[in-house]
Amino acid sequence: MRHVLSALVQNVPGVLAHVAGMFSSRGYNIDSLAVGETEDPHLSRMTFVVVGDDSVLEQVRKQLEKIVTVVRVDDISSQEFVERDLMLLKVRAEGDKRTEIGELCQIFRGRIVDVAPDQVIVEISGQEKKIQAFIELMRPFGILELVRTGRIAMVRGLSELSNEMGSIHAVASEESS
Amino acid sequence: MATIEKQKKSPPKSELITGADILIQSLVNLGVETIFAYPGGASMPLHQALTRFSDKLRTILPRHEQGGGFAAQGIARSTGKVGVCMATSGPGATNLVTAIADAKLDSIPLIAITGQVPTKAIGTDAFQETPIVEVCRGITKHHYLVTDVNDIARVMKEAFLIATTGRPGPVLVDVPKNVQQDSCVPDYDSDMILPGYSFESPHARPEQIRQIAAAIKLAKRPIIYAGGGIVLAEASEELRALVKKTGIPITTTVMGLGVYPSTDDLSLDMLGMHGSVYSNYAVDEADLLIALGVRFDDRVTGKVEEFCKHGKIIHVDIDASELNKNKPAHIPVCSDVKFALRELNKIVEAPEISEWVDQCSQWKREDPFKFDAKFPGILQQWAIQKLWEMTRDMDPIISVGVGQHQMWSAQFYKFDKPRRWLSSSGLGTMGFGLPAAMGAQAANPGKLVFDIDGDGSFQMNIQELATCFCEKLPVKVLLLNNQHLGMVMQWEDRFMQGNRAHTFLGPIDNPEATGKGDGLGPKERYPDFVQIARGYGCGAAYVKEKSDYEAALKEMIAYDGPYVLDVEVPYQEHVLPMIPGGHTVRDIIKS
Repeated sequence: MRHVLSALVQNVPGVLAHVAGMFSSRGYNIDSLAVGETEDPHLSRMTFVVVGDDSVLEQVRKQLEKIVTVVRVDDISSQEFVERDLMLLKVRAEGDKRTEIGELCQIFRGRIVDVAPDQVIVEISGQEKKIQAFIELMRPFGILELVRTGRIAMVRGLSELSNEMGSIHAVASEESS
Repeated sequence: MATIEKQKKSPPKSELITGADILIQSLVNLGVETIFAYPGGASMPLHQALTRFSDKLRTILPRHEQGGGFAAQGIARSTGKVGVCMATSGPGATNLVTAIADAKLDSIPLIAITGQVPTKAIGTDAFQETPIVEVCRGITKHHYLVTDVNDIARVMKEAFLIATTGRPGPVLVDVPKNVQQDSCVPDYDSDMILPGYSFESPHARPEQIRQIAAAIKLAKRPIIYAGGGIVLAEASEELRALVKKTGIPITTTVMGLGVYPSTDDLSLDMLGMHGSVYSNYAVDEADLLIALGVRFDDRVTGKVEEFCKHGKIIHVDIDASELNKNKPAHIPVCSDVKFALRELNKIVEAPEISEWVDQCSQWKREDPFKFDAKFPGILQQWAIQKLWEMTRDMDPIISVGVGQHQMWSAQFYKFDKPRRWLSSSGLGTMGFGLPAAMGAQAANPGKLVFDIDGDGSFQMNIQELATCFCEKLPVKVLLLNNQHLGMVMQWEDRFMQGNRAHTFLGPIDNPEATGKGDGLGPKERYPDFVQIARGYGCGAAYVKEKSDYEAALKEMIAYDGPYVLDVEVPYQEHVLPMIPGGHTVRDIIKS
């Protein structure tokens, strides 16, 4: 089964290497990984997509939690969440093809962000399935280059996750005041 | 939870202090009494600082960084306090790697401090530069590369807490030379920045304790399986109380030897690959396995699906990731085992198990650990049993290398207290014995400390005899010398038709090297350990005859200083019983 794990980590050097090393040395596969700073510069958010049965996921989560710089880990797959994937795609677009690609972009709510005489760059974001479908549609035109970010995800509404994050900050500011 | 933001305190009026001095002062503040440190270019400022603290902190120079790492473990394993070792950058640091990995697998609180090339040189492939933090990521509990002198005091405080709390483990602190030389006004009470680490041990919930008590009450064939977690949690007393209250038979892992007196009737001794027949039978037939501070290692379980197949499993461990890792538990409890046992002892009731206890005793009578008592020479098992008989009242610490002699020591030295048995159990590192004994001796002056070793293991850190002599650490080495890498040889004999593949330790033109010899004459023995030991300034003797052995032991014990007793033993002897790897108790080899 596919799981989306969201981990809050300390924003210090080496955390990504530590986490990635743990995955590879214990033989877990990461389908996708995205990392970025949160609204608090001391903390980063890592979003993993991991495929495995429940026992594998239990181990992945516990092993992640054991890493000292990992503050907390949530498997958000069981909750209502929004996930996005951003892609830049350079595709051959000569003559009429350009219009055709433009129309497909509109349907998929993508944008053409760069135009050259015989090729365009398309920016598109959304769920994995949508991105995948768009790639398939572009294939016949001739994909020249493709870059994707990892999956990022967020729980809908006022989640337990954001509540507890709030309390971490509260503790932090209380102790530092 | 520690704070994320650093607390700003106005520093008291004091002068600037160098990073090296701050680091050593931190060690002193944190109660470190002995450090094993080998200097080099990138750690010289630290060593200079060590000389300024020589009245508070003893610095011992090992003869190899790995020896220093294991010696620090010897301190940690024998006392429960954190062990500290230090090395320079590059090769000094990489020489610590094995000792760090070893501490990780056995959950030993260890601080490894390494010098590093100056921050400006990091990443330039400078002389003696290795990215030691990168190398050690997967084998440390945590690791630091300190790039700012202002962080040293905080990092040392964090390192100690991380190494010693929860499930203990090794922490690496890598300090570039310029950071050692930089100065600042230190704040030894600075707040830690560990938002993801909990210093509070997890505690079993009351309903979990009730569940365990209920399972015990209903059990007909229960057995306790206790391990290193009991030692680490200092919970031996609570464990004994549980056995006393319930009358449940107990077996321990190799890491757990000593948590329950091996001489007691309810002790089923060690379980697993070279464990007792009776403990393995008991686990196989049990209807309830009470696993305390253990991790269902493959050397214990054999084929894990078949392990305790008929029993329900209670698993108490401080590390949540151990629960359901190798073997799913019916009652998994993430808890400090000492707390769990204390709570359990308040409510637990003895189950009705007299038939089962009789059965276990019968197994114990039928298949004891045994050897050929009539063997004309000195057998390893006999040598260890004799040592136990002669020293049991002296409460010695016994350290071992890895291999046959290690397993025989586990079987025939009857430990009755925790922290008396030092063994590289998870990583299985040859060369552990002598330096670990040396560390234990440094931390326990006046105590009798033995290294029971094999000739293979002993030679992997034999240079530490120099440290023992020069630092006046009177470690006694009982060298069970069979001229072979015995455990590998045993597997060759059992599973590879006896084909010798580089398991003979003498010259390669000796027929024994290919397994075609018919025994070794006294002149063929190699090397001359007595001469080596004497070269290092140690006392030494060689013994071959059974009738001379006891006197030889007495002489070793009485000797004022480190001593090597080279005991000639046969290489044909195998460690039994044995459950071949990946097999079950039904495949147990008894002879």
